Amino acid sequence: MLDNDEFRLETSPRELTQNPLRKIWMPCVNEHIAHRRVCMTNCPTVIVTVGLPARGKTYISKKLTRYLNWIGVPTKEFNVGQYRRECLKIYKSFEFFRPDNEEGLKIRRQCATAALNDVRQYLSVEGGQVAVFDATNTTRERRGTIVKFAEQNGYKVFFVESVCEDPDVIAQNIVQVKLGSPDYIHCDTEEAIEDFMKRIKCYESSYQPLDEVLDRDLSYIKIMDVGRRYLVNRVMDHIQSRIVYYLMNIHITPRSIYLCRHGESDLNIKGRIGGDSGLSTRGQEFAKSLRKFIQDQDIKDLKVWTSQMKRTIQTAECLGVPYEQWKSLNEIDAGVCEEMMYEEIQEHYPLEFAMRDQDKYRYRYPKGESYEDLVQRLEPVIMELERQKNILVVCHQAVMRCLLAYFLDKTADELPYLKCPLHTVLKLTPMAYGCKVESVYLGIDSVNTHRDRPENVTVQRSTEDALETVPAHF
Amino acid sequence: MIVMVGLPARGKTYISKKMTRYLNWIGVTTKVFNVGQYRRDATRIYNSFEFFRPDNTEAMKIRKACAITALKDVCDYFTKELGQVVVFDATNTTAERRELILSFAKENGYKVFFVESICDDPDIIEENIKQVKLSSPDYVGCDKEEAVADFLKRIECYKQTYVPLDDDKDRSLSYIKIFNVGSRYLVNRVQDHIQSRIVYYLMNIHVTPRSIYLCRHGESELNLTGRIGGDSGLSSRGAQFASALGTYLRGQCISDLKVWTSHMKRTIQTAEALGVQYEQWKALNEIDAGVCEEMTYEEIQENYPEEFALRDQDKYRYRYPRGESYEDLVQRLEPVIMELERQENVLVICHQAVMRCLLAYFLDKSAGELPYLKCPLHTVLKLTPVAYGCKVESVFLNIEAVNTHRDKPVNVDVDRDPAEALETVPDHI
Repeated sequence: MLDNDEFRLETSPRELTQNPLRKIWMPCVNEHIAHRRVCMTNCPTVIVTVGLPARGKTYISKKLTRYLNWIGVPTKEFNVGQYRRECLKIYKSFEFFRPDNEEGLKIRRQCATAALNDVRQYLSVEGGQVAVFDATNTTRERRGTIVKFAEQNGYKVFFVESVCEDPDVIAQNIVQVKLGSPDYIHCDTEEAIEDFMKRIKCYESSYQPLDEVLDRDLSYIKIMDVGRRYLVNRVMDHIQSRIVYYLMNIHITPRSIYLCRHGESDLNIKGRIGGDSGLSTRGQEFAKSLRKFIQDQDIKDLKVWTSQMKRTIQTAECLGVPYEQWKSLNEIDAGVCEEMMYEEIQEHYPLEFAMRDQDKYRYRYPKGESYEDLVQRLEPVIMELERQKNILVVCHQAVMRCLLAYFLDKTADELPYLKCPLHTVLKLTPMAYGCKVESVYLGIDSVNTHRDRPENVTVQRSTEDALETVPAHF
Repeated sequence: MIVMVGLPARGKTYISKKMTRYLNWIGVTTKVFNVGQYRRDATRIYNSFEFFRPDNTEAMKIRKACAITALKDVCDYFTKELGQVVVFDATNTTAERRELILSFAKENGYKVFFVESICDDPDIIEENIKQVKLSSPDYVGCDKEEAVADFLKRIECYKQTYVPLDDDKDRSLSYIKIFNVGSRYLVNRVQDHIQSRIVYYLMNIHVTPRSIYLCRHGESELNLTGRIGGDSGLSSRGAQFASALGTYLRGQCISDLKVWTSHMKRTIQTAEALGVQYEQWKALNEIDAGVCEEMTYEEIQENYPEEFALRDQDKYRYRYPRGESYEDLVQRLEPVIMELERQENVLVICHQAVMRCLLAYFLDKSAGELPYLKCPLHTVLKLTPVAYGCKVESVFLNIEAVNTHRDKPVNVDVDRDPAEALETVPDHI
């Protein structure tokens, strides 16, 4: 980050140099411009959940953390219940949570403090941008402590309160995530539910929801009845605005997301990347199999999305259902390397080829894109995927890797090497705090287009070393 | 149908117009129906607030008739003009009136989304009245103090019968309630994608006075040779412009100016000369001309005469082979616009096609006009939101530059002569 806020009265502008990996133009002095697509925040933010047990706080915390990390905002969640488990070792019963249990209260306060210390470590020392403080935080007093902590450290605070009185939703919640909790490992279902309900009761008497009047100076969103209604107060900056938008678009209605690539294309067979070719014979076979697969799945109201490239559209055409084309789903733009084989890239651009292996996520093809660019371009797709119900996305290798990384919480380093083979459908079903994945290979042969990271990524490596992991092709 | 709700001087028309401008820009055909306008057409002359008294039965009849006429026009807009969204701008302060609208919508199969603006801050209301009411046709020829007094009495007339959207009774309706110009929002039952986008937009706009400065990079080496696209550096005149830009901005004495550039060398070089922090946005990169990158128009005509003609036929929707269209550009720039709405004083150093798109948003230009907006080099446009629109000041910083503006030629047929195709190409080396 440039520290210099004053006007510099130099007569000539600084020389620019283009970073060879990311193709970003920077002044070539010993200064480091911390480049970010959008300057999300000036200071770190603590997102604080508020709500009775079984209101979806941890679900929201984890999902929000996953989303923020995916769009490039380093985020970490801190679940106070986890600290409590580590402290107590063994959970006996709801009695621990009784408001008159002095010993219990002391321990719980200590756990919250320990968690806040870790928050400080993450935000001020480790370079984190957002910390999600996941606990009930149901009293004004506890929230006041957190606000003071944030003030002392120069953090912004944004509260996310989940309010829900629907007994069915709460029961569903308990079944989905509480029964499997370490707290109830040795209990039978009925015992566990009964104990948990009593636990909720312990919090109810002292619960002070965020108040329109008393808390009017705080920044928060109150989510009511699993998203039917929202109250949003004093959004302070860009990241809070994005968080609100995200929270308002997610839902918990059961559904499945199907991800697959287009059928094998003519360029795939020749080992060439990019381009806009049509399906090979086997690719067409795949499209037909896909049609059968979809019919057998018997999915209610399935939406189908494709890119604007011929091969995905040809695949969708075979399904015989309406589909929507998204330019944002187009394959990564390989710029000057479009339609080349890896062998040709090595021959013509050995330096570029090596740099790509060094940092495949951030590497931008000359006159093309990087995976990092792809994520930015795909964010509106993810937002709309969150809004939708059953959906099939027919896309491309790099695009599918990005989408998959979002759903499966993969890091930027793992993302470019996720395995997304042709002719294989991934069925993602949201479950508990994550996503169940079923991989279905539709039985039609195809080339392999996955190139692993080679051992030698130095720019002086031999051609052989560079091409070591290139998959076979014609 | 987006239906506004709220007492007079609560910003309903401001929101209506702004939202309509945004929706049209992102490609959703939208139109505002302002019932007050219908009333003015019906009554011709405005006498006083007495017209709005709740016990004025004659006036009530007229007002209801106006609403119904407006609704009929809404129907025509949807069915005959194939509009996608209508903004129904009126007070709609009674449950009865809203019920009328809901029945109408139900009969016709339209979704309804209410936008209620609630404000009890007397300063905001007074500012509102000054900015837009005093110059209304209703108060032409009135003395300022008279107008304000009359308008305040008009508001009183509505207050008596005002029933805000109710948390309980209206819980099955879709709506957003905006409190005190955005410090708080209540959002209920968002039904679909467009409503979700509208809510996001409304939650990001503000009314704090500020200015947006738009300009292109200084003249580049490729500009001089009449070539499009590429990633070249500034020419010497371009560097002079960058320096002059710095001087100009210092003279403007802007507090907390944010500076944005694209990822292309020429905008960054321009920003570097300012000696302040700037932020690079890939989304601000110039339109990708695909196979035509770094060509002159003469070369495009020679190598791709059909493409060249197609572009002249529909410059907004035309996509360069392996490149982008203006339409694609708008989609890519939407997050930039959203962030511009959130910001205060900003200078955006960008490119010709990009600047045209941004300008079209602020000045409400159609898709037909957009690709031909004049955005010459070395000229800064200062946009200041005012009343319902935007004031534009154009400042040429007095450094000579090539002209890069190519008008639509007379003949756009694919079988035209090269001379006709190149008729409007500006001079270059």
